[in-house]
Amino acid sequence: MIGPGPRGGAMLLPRGRLAENVLYFVRVLRAVGLPVGPAKVIDAIAAVEAVGVAHRTDFREALAAVLVSRHEHLVLFEQAFDLFWRNPKHLEKLVAAQLPRVLGRTGEEAPPLDLPARLAQAMLPPKAPEARADDEDEVDLDAAFTFSPREILQQKDFATMTAEELAQVKAMLARLTLPLPERPQRRTRAARRGARVDLRATMRAMTGAAGAVAPLAYRARTRRPPPLVVLCDISGSMDRYARMLLHFLHAITNDRHRVHTLVFGTRLTNITRHLRHRDVDVALERVAAAVDDWAGGTRIGACMAEFNRRWSRRLLGQNAAVLLISDGLDADAGVGLAFEVERLAKSCARLIWLNPLLRYPGFEARPAGIRAILPYVDEFLPVHNVASLTDISAALEVRRPRNARRTTSDAWLPAA
Amino acid sequence: MPAPPAPRPPPATVDATLDLLTAQDYVADRRLATAVFLALKLGRPLFLEGEAGVGKTEIAKVLAAGLARPLVRLQCYEGLDTAAAVYEWNYPRQMIEIRLAEAAGGVAREALAHDIFTRAFLLKRPLLQAIDPDDGAPPVLLIDELDRTDEPFEAYLLEVLSDFQVSIPELGVVRAQVPPVVVITSNRTREIHDAIKRRCLYHWVDYPDALSELAIVRRKCPRAPERLAREVVAFTQRLRSMDLFKAPGVAETLDWAEALIALDRVALDPQTVADTIGVLLKYQDDVGALTPDVAAKIVADVQAEGIRL
Repeated sequence: MIGPGPRGGAMLLPRGRLAENVLYFVRVLRAVGLPVGPAKVIDAIAAVEAVGVAHRTDFREALAAVLVSRHEHLVLFEQAFDLFWRNPKHLEKLVAAQLPRVLGRTGEEAPPLDLPARLAQAMLPPKAPEARADDEDEVDLDAAFTFSPREILQQKDFATMTAEELAQVKAMLARLTLPLPERPQRRTRAARRGARVDLRATMRAMTGAAGAVAPLAYRARTRRPPPLVVLCDISGSMDRYARMLLHFLHAITNDRHRVHTLVFGTRLTNITRHLRHRDVDVALERVAAAVDDWAGGTRIGACMAEFNRRWSRRLLGQNAAVLLISDGLDADAGVGLAFEVERLAKSCARLIWLNPLLRYPGFEARPAGIRAILPYVDEFLPVHNVASLTDISAALEVRRPRNARRTTSDAWLPAA
Repeated sequence: MPAPPAPRPPPATVDATLDLLTAQDYVADRRLATAVFLALKLGRPLFLEGEAGVGKTEIAKVLAAGLARPLVRLQCYEGLDTAAAVYEWNYPRQMIEIRLAEAAGGVAREALAHDIFTRAFLLKRPLLQAIDPDDGAPPVLLIDELDRTDEPFEAYLLEVLSDFQVSIPELGVVRAQVPPVVVITSNRTREIHDAIKRRCLYHWVDYPDALSELAIVRRKCPRAPERLAREVVAFTQRLRSMDLFKAPGVAETLDWAEALIALDRVALDPQTVADTIGVLLKYQDDVGALTPDVAAKIVADVQAEGIRL
């Protein structure tokens, strides 16, 4: 058996076919999207050497223990493993055909690299400051007039905006922050005055001033905003808003930590990781690729059920607040919805419903879906323009005892 | 006081690891044994993720017993800080020391500061205990339910897990002579940061299959009649395939078996299931989903078919 060997890249290859194959296998894993760093290759070879190759399961588990770090990657790993270690030749062909860039097999004339259009345009001689296809009609904002158009835009409904107004709103949203009320944490920090005496700091001060009276140092609780979970409806009826809302979601997801974003239409998709990219266009591109029920039907009940089952325990800890963005128009006519929304409301500290339909003065909660959700929400707010989005933060600031819920929402229920 | 038994060397093969776990009444599948073996062999922390009640914490206990090493347990919770997890200075003692020094007169400040921030005044909490054990025997360190703590603590853990060292500002760096065996568990109530996972060997602890679970029940509840054990396992296995909010774990299976033994049952019947279902299912919705009809059907099914493979 070969020992760990000297540190360095040169140690990798002389170990013969096995090391080479592990290296190759890691590349396959990367190609299918597992985040496997270079250091993992060395670990994987060490692990494989430690267990030997006598047992297939041992070998497989050794690789899995090193190369997989998320439960959801396990299935991908297993498929790749079965395929790869059964007949590497077969896979080689398969991979070479599908992933020429990763393996460097086909060289320059390989299928065109999927360069983002904006990157490609960045290489070209400067044509115009705006380089995105969807923003072609963007107008240059005259700084002198920025203020008043913005005021108007803030009040304007997303659904009635022109393309250029939308572009301006996007820019506005990119700067939006969401000041959630901060809550005291269990952790403490040094403070001028606080509830507890910081014995450690006091003691240090005392050793510096032996004999004299030592001042007490204090610690106070740190405060930080609670986690936020956003559930955004992207069905057909929300289509016009959804695009704006995604910009909004991108802004608040990257504004701070502990924001999780899921979208739903007919099925639920967690897009937090996709939205994390700093560049809003890249982020939305990734979201578009990840979500496949854009502008379709809505099955709010089923999606809430899935959220409750799969995500609520993972995301709703530590006094999380939930922002539900939906018009409440449900294809299943609210079947099973009330039950799931009640459960959702009980698992989070606050349930805030943002509904674009609220802009209509005579709005009444007639549709079954809306009636099912309303009794359980803590806040019910419009979300059809920028001003309403910024109002959200004000609503979140209000501290209302939990048993006082429904005060805002009861007003919308039609008189019996 | 009798000296603690000398720590046993780690197993040399996967089979030996499997034997070691089995000897401690832990029924492990070969994949888990491989992960444990690698963690011991490569000196990496073992990161165990899985649903509640599948025996993650138990692995650390079994390892400690099997390797004859002390178990140091750090239960995580929100707001866990270094004073509770790593070390704290013994303030009352320090204060007395200062008073004594003053009474003796002629206190040199520098010397005093030096004197009261020494190991004698250090209270070791689990992480420091594991890195710098009092009796020198490297323990098994169990960091339980890491998902319950917050990101700052995870970040702190990085230093401990990668270099097995702790920096104490007043004292310097304390490094482990022999790294402890580290087992981290998570119920996945939130995602642990990749940086932590990267330093560990990852293993997803799944619900056991029917035969393994039967073996577990036989070992852990030797008083259970064979028929009861089979039916209990078959019933829970079927429950897990249902669409439940929280499927019963192995811990629940064992509790249920114990409960049925206590009630002197030798086989399942719908009434007994209805009376004792609270041991298995902990959510009212799940209990509601298991209506008498459904329960009776599963019981009949279990008794007709037995354990489904």
